[in-house]
Amino acid sequence: MSEIQNYTLNFGPQHPAAHGVLRLVLELDGEVIQRADPHVGLLHRGTEKLAESRIYNQSIGYMDRLDYVSMMCNEHAYCMTIEKLLEIEVPERAQYIRVMFDEITRILNHLMWLGTHALDVGAMTMFLYCFREREDLMDAYEAVSGARMHASYYRPGGVYRDLPDSMPQYKASQWHSQSEVKEQNKNRQGSLLDFLKDFTNRFETYVDEYETLLTNNRIWKQRTVDIGTVTAEEAKDLGLTGPMLRASGVAWDLRKMEPYEVYDKIDFDIPVGTNGDSYDRYVVRIEEMRQSNRIISQCIDWLQDNPGPVMHEDHKLTMPERMDMKEDMEGLIHHFKHFTEGYSVPEGEAYCGIEHPKGEFGTYIVSDGANKPYRLKIRAPGFAHLSAINFLVKGHMLADVVTVIGTLDIVFGEIDR
Amino acid sequence: MSQYYSELSDKVSAKLAEIEAIQATIAYRELTIEVSKENLTQVCQILRDDQELAFDTLIDVCGVDYSTYEGSALASTKGKTRYASVYHLLSVKNNHRIRVRTWLDDDFPMVDSVTGIWSGANWFEREAFDLLGILYSGHPDLRRILTDYGFIGHPLRKDFPLVGQVEMRYDANKQRVIYEPVTLEERVNIPRVIRDDNRYAERESEQKNGDQA
Repeated sequence: MSEIQNYTLNFGPQHPAAHGVLRLVLELDGEVIQRADPHVGLLHRGTEKLAESRIYNQSIGYMDRLDYVSMMCNEHAYCMTIEKLLEIEVPERAQYIRVMFDEITRILNHLMWLGTHALDVGAMTMFLYCFREREDLMDAYEAVSGARMHASYYRPGGVYRDLPDSMPQYKASQWHSQSEVKEQNKNRQGSLLDFLKDFTNRFETYVDEYETLLTNNRIWKQRTVDIGTVTAEEAKDLGLTGPMLRASGVAWDLRKMEPYEVYDKIDFDIPVGTNGDSYDRYVVRIEEMRQSNRIISQCIDWLQDNPGPVMHEDHKLTMPERMDMKEDMEGLIHHFKHFTEGYSVPEGEAYCGIEHPKGEFGTYIVSDGANKPYRLKIRAPGFAHLSAINFLVKGHMLADVVTVIGTLDIVFGEIDR
Repeated sequence: MSQYYSELSDKVSAKLAEIEAIQATIAYRELTIEVSKENLTQVCQILRDDQELAFDTLIDVCGVDYSTYEGSALASTKGKTRYASVYHLLSVKNNHRIRVRTWLDDDFPMVDSVTGIWSGANWFEREAFDLLGILYSGHPDLRRILTDYGFIGHPLRKDFPLVGQVEMRYDANKQRVIYEPVTLEERVNIPRVIRDDNRYAERESEQKNGDQA
């Protein structure tokens, strides 16, 4: 009788279900996984090294490109760490704007996750549904920052500018007639906040639509229930955070436990799972979208009633208004210094973590008092999550690897940095 | 909050007194302790297992190369050593954090691995090994993780140039990808400067007075 040997399979790096550039070396016994060895780093761009050679504000743009489906949250962690070192307070309106855009980002991220995860598991429609809603939120990004994805909208000390009073409009073309465009522009007649208000009113029913397709779907349940189970103790030991930890029954959310910005003034709940399997993580993330929607609508209400500054007023640290630069000598000097030297951050070290859609995203900055960080370390949640994949897939079938990769919600921009 | 962390600092110092007299500092509402590399695993074991501390999650392991560090307030770091391994710990149970720093040798930076205490440390230590060349003894699988297969050098060391050492291209004659020394020149658009800023001088003197009191 011939000796039975394990079979080694190379999964990726160009596999559609690998969510980017994951090369996974799988050791199989028949169709059962014995060992999974992920090879990462194919998207390594040396963000941390680059940041050491650039002044603080120049690296904000790099932060967008880390986790490229939750752009503003990355910026948020970076800006908050700098603010901690500078010991400056952000104006309240800017805090509300940040919270609102963090939650928009969370919905963007979860929609992307839901669409691709469901597509991997075999539900095509979800992908189309999710991208329909992402479009509206991308437009919100565009309206506020000019860019649909890589916004670089947050700045240490606040946000780059106040919310716009008008929304960009669709224009008629040879594919879309005037009447069609009029219909498309119907909810874009007011300000950005009116547009988002309209979105939050609609979004709850959209989530219901997703749930009718998946939550009680027999195939979906067969593919996700009891796949990639992790207990609370194991999750903490493996360094899992965010929905990965909450699905295992730990009510841990930095927005509640270490409230930053104005999260302590906002009413929302933390969904918690019980079994810690892929299905629970799905349910937790779906509920998180509903909670994010609640947070956004509370922020809109506050922002509509409370105008005010959105940037810290010490222009040694933050950019002056454009008008000041043109008319005021001091403003011109500040502007010049910001673009030729930047600001120096006092010596010290700080770590700041935020509740990123994927987990705890943190940045650790060591400053020696210069205008560039001495060392910037980015703690990406996906990095810890992917490192747990060997634990999660061991003993499962080959087809379940795809489910587990999906449920981890990994994006290679942040893992490889 | 800082009240809480000064109490925590006392607690940690008391619990670790048997092993080592640790140096604890609180800055920006964060507690940092420094331990010697010989005692690191022992200290981490206590930090995790003690019920009052219960640091059950390892958030991050970060290697730092202090060789070109120009700051003055952290003068105590000068003349210490070049490398440090920094651990960020979180207690989900008690909702507090701590930073543990350990200084490593200049020419052969090596420290015991904490993978036996938190299995999540595995990849973080591989990353620090890859990017800074810090060796973690007892690590089950200390391979490079982020850089290319066959990469030479440790990119986050301060003596590693920003543009790198080699560049690669496809050679049509040899019909394969080849590596060559870089032809790029490193360009500095904005120089690195440290200003004597009076606003921070005030804060530093406050801190010093606070330390004495």
